[in-house]
Amino acid sequence: MKNWPLWEVFIRSKNGLEHRHCGSLHASDATMALENARDVYTRRMEGVSIWVVPSAQITASNPENNGETFEPAIDKAYRHPTFYELPDELKHM
Amino acid sequence: MSEKELKSLEDQFQARIDRDEKIEPKDWMPEKYRQTHIRQISQHAHSEIVGMLPEANWITRAPTLRRKLALLAKIQDEGGHGLYLYSAAETLGISREEMYDQLHSGKAKYSSIFNYPALTWADMGTIGWLVDGAAIMNQVALMGTSYGPYSRAMVRICKEESFHQRQGYSILLTMANGTPEQKAMVQDAMNRWWWPSLMMFGPKDADSPNTEQSVKWKLKRKTNDELRQQFVDQTVPQANILGITIPDDKLKWNEERKHYDFGEIDWDEFWQVVKGHGPCNKQRLEARKSAWEKGTWVRDAAVAYAEKQANKEVKQAI
Repeated sequence: MKNWPLWEVFIRSKNGLEHRHCGSLHASDATMALENARDVYTRRMEGVSIWVVPSAQITASNPENNGETFEPAIDKAYRHPTFYELPDELKHM
Repeated sequence: MSEKELKSLEDQFQARIDRDEKIEPKDWMPEKYRQTHIRQISQHAHSEIVGMLPEANWITRAPTLRRKLALLAKIQDEGGHGLYLYSAAETLGISREEMYDQLHSGKAKYSSIFNYPALTWADMGTIGWLVDGAAIMNQVALMGTSYGPYSRAMVRICKEESFHQRQGYSILLTMANGTPEQKAMVQDAMNRWWWPSLMMFGPKDADSPNTEQSVKWKLKRKTNDELRQQFVDQTVPQANILGITIPDDKLKWNEERKHYDFGEIDWDEFWQVVKGHGPCNKQRLEARKSAWEKGTWVRDAAVAYAEKQANKEVKQAI
């Protein structure tokens, strides 16, 4: 187990939808990770496509920095369509 | 960090849980939260894995091909459920190997129910109906737990598990409508599994010192006694449909409480099995260890193969 790296599994449930993260598993190489992902995460037709990515390859943001990372968006209401007041006569825009 | 700062962090943490926010792996959490979750999630994972063992005997002995397919699918699910849970526990900083070591050394517990033997085919039905039924009740409550990865694993597991209970009940329905011998097997299995199933919900609330903290963290959405009562209420009508008797002469509908009253669990037996003196504790652990040890060469070979392939790629690149 020591030498079996962790892989993150992403499944596309049907064409037209994006791959979504669904879990992780250990496997000795990418082929085995794909095969195991098939057995563990698509036993009931949950997917039509699988991605596996070595977990060690993922760079994640740090929740401790959530303030400076995400909060600047809070006071930028002008990025939303509802920020703009338009005359009532205007039915569609 | 000063005591005051720690207290403030803990208060903010609790406030997040109270607001129904989920806690994710990289978030700050109290050390006790981390340790309690590692313990509970890993023991839950161990229960899924050890839970496959009482059923293993019956794969080759299933009465029809259809029943065999269903049993195989159920056991495969359990392997999968163990994996979801091990992965969730790993996000808290414990390695898979450490968890296996804890199971194999006897340091970690798993659900005591799997230390009882599965003697007849009716046991396969009863395990699905009662044991999976009790587990589902617990797991449905846990879907709302505060730790994100645990909660997501529970959602996935609950979706898959309902079939386990139905296939079990379906086995019993068939047998209950069969020969007198088959009916007797159903009753016999019920007699042996009823009380251990009630024990699955753990000690009485009054004897469960961690309940309060677990409720605060939403690691328990309902107490042991509440879940046990819910299980009894749900199961009695199902037993009636099968035409079998529940082995408890104190079991009676209480009109005032709108619940069934039931007899006292044999808590000596409960603690005996928890401490390792159940009918199959030794056998289960031996089977687990032997499977792990006999698989060593496979795991090593897989690593050797992966390394060889990786070296080839490097050479080709040069």
